[in-house]
Amino acid sequence: MAKVLVVTSGKGGVGKTTSTAALGAALAQMGEKVVVVDFDVGLRNLDLVLGAERRVVFDLINVVQGVAKLSQALIRDKRLENLWLLPASQTRDKDALTDAGVGSIIAELRTRFDWILCDSPAGIERGAMLAMRYADEAIIVTNPEVSSVRDSDRIIGMLDSKTVKAERGERVEKHILITRYDSGRASRGEMLSIDDILDILATPLLGIIPESQDVLRASNVGSPVTLNNAASAPARAYTDAVRRLMGEAVNMTVPIERRGLMNRLLGRRAA
Amino acid sequence: MDAIAKATRQPVRMRGRSYVAFTFGPVVPIAGWLEEIDATLARSPGFFVGRPVVLDLSAVDLSQSAIAHLVASLEQRNIRVLGFENVDAARLTASMPPLLTGGRHCMLAPSEPKKPEAKPKSASLVLHSPVRSGQSIFSEGDVTVLGSVGSGAEIVACGSIHVYGALRGRAMAGFSGNSTARIFCQKIEAELLAIDGYYQTAEEIDVALRNRPAQAWLEGDIMKIAPLN
Repeated sequence: MAKVLVVTSGKGGVGKTTSTAALGAALAQMGEKVVVVDFDVGLRNLDLVLGAERRVVFDLINVVQGVAKLSQALIRDKRLENLWLLPASQTRDKDALTDAGVGSIIAELRTRFDWILCDSPAGIERGAMLAMRYADEAIIVTNPEVSSVRDSDRIIGMLDSKTVKAERGERVEKHILITRYDSGRASRGEMLSIDDILDILATPLLGIIPESQDVLRASNVGSPVTLNNAASAPARAYTDAVRRLMGEAVNMTVPIERRGLMNRLLGRRAA
Repeated sequence: MDAIAKATRQPVRMRGRSYVAFTFGPVVPIAGWLEEIDATLARSPGFFVGRPVVLDLSAVDLSQSAIAHLVASLEQRNIRVLGFENVDAARLTASMPPLLTGGRHCMLAPSEPKKPEAKPKSASLVLHSPVRSGQSIFSEGDVTVLGSVGSGAEIVACGSIHVYGALRGRAMAGFSGNSTARIFCQKIEAELLAIDGYYQTAEEIDVALRNRPAQAWLEGDIMKIAPLN
């Protein structure tokens, strides 16, 4: 039974695309057949983060408009044979997406994949609405800061009213993924605490991804962090999140970045 | 035979029933009074359709022929005369509507298109999930939220507002001029509280109240906010 998952946030720059790539790769590493779909038409980035930017021939808009078949637009990852990408168009804008077109693509993807991860654009406009439209579940990416949390709250309200599932009277299952979490700054009160965020959003937590240079490094070399450095703190956090997504009970811990020579000497199990 | 004859005799059944009718009191000159009727008919042509009328002749002294002429004039205008009041029975002929007595005054419903079932709506609204940022809730009665109201969300109620969670957004109670409406919440972090147009923003709310259960009400022109305990 295929699951359609939207990765969304409302606010930009919180790590939707990075998280989509990392979660997609982690799912694929566990043997699930995964496609990640970039809905950020006009500002596509998912192809870069996955290192597939030089292999894009056809895109989502071509498929929506019937110019290309879905199989022509899907790009298979070179490292993970279970991971596929459906890129967005960089030359068009979000108006080129149609509700019916997205619906038929999602329906077709459901027959081919176990997981369909939709990378939503920022904002609450057409692109974001269509990315969440057919979702069964949603991952709301939130940074521990008030602006991000309020935008997430807004998006949760929309998930409860604007999706196909909500219109049928069902519930879109929602998860909070906290990214760029700095436990040091949180303990000094410079950031919202996890409890504050969950209190405001009243939605279950899927995982806490620590702020890390590894994430940036992985993005720059075009490799999801879960693939690029699987032992790093953020990679382990993403992998835990994926295991929770698959129904496993995994203790919620805040992975700590191992820094400095002493920590390295003390072994890799310190976290 | 006798018994059968008795059995077949149907007693005449009579029941009392009362009806409401319009009463017209014609005044002299009758021609001028009829013009008034015409003017009323011009404004609302169907006004007298299906409504029989009683003529109260106490203000005029009309002969039998004048009464007959008046009835005919009204019938031309499609107004049926049901009977007469306050006139000497001798002036009425057998073909005219009868003399009525014992009429009592009653209040008539002001106009025909009365609201169908004007029963007060029980418009109070209960929300079982949190109110998210950007949502706007309106109710003509009370609003009860079993959860939090997010920052950037808004609740507008003509009655009171009850929030069984943190109130982080805006709450406007007594919206349509109800100064007795109140706002209750489990945790006050509101951006704005308003009752009947009087409001306080987050800046004006006492810091000592923050994050505590509280209620807000109106005392004259002043909004009071106090902890709930």
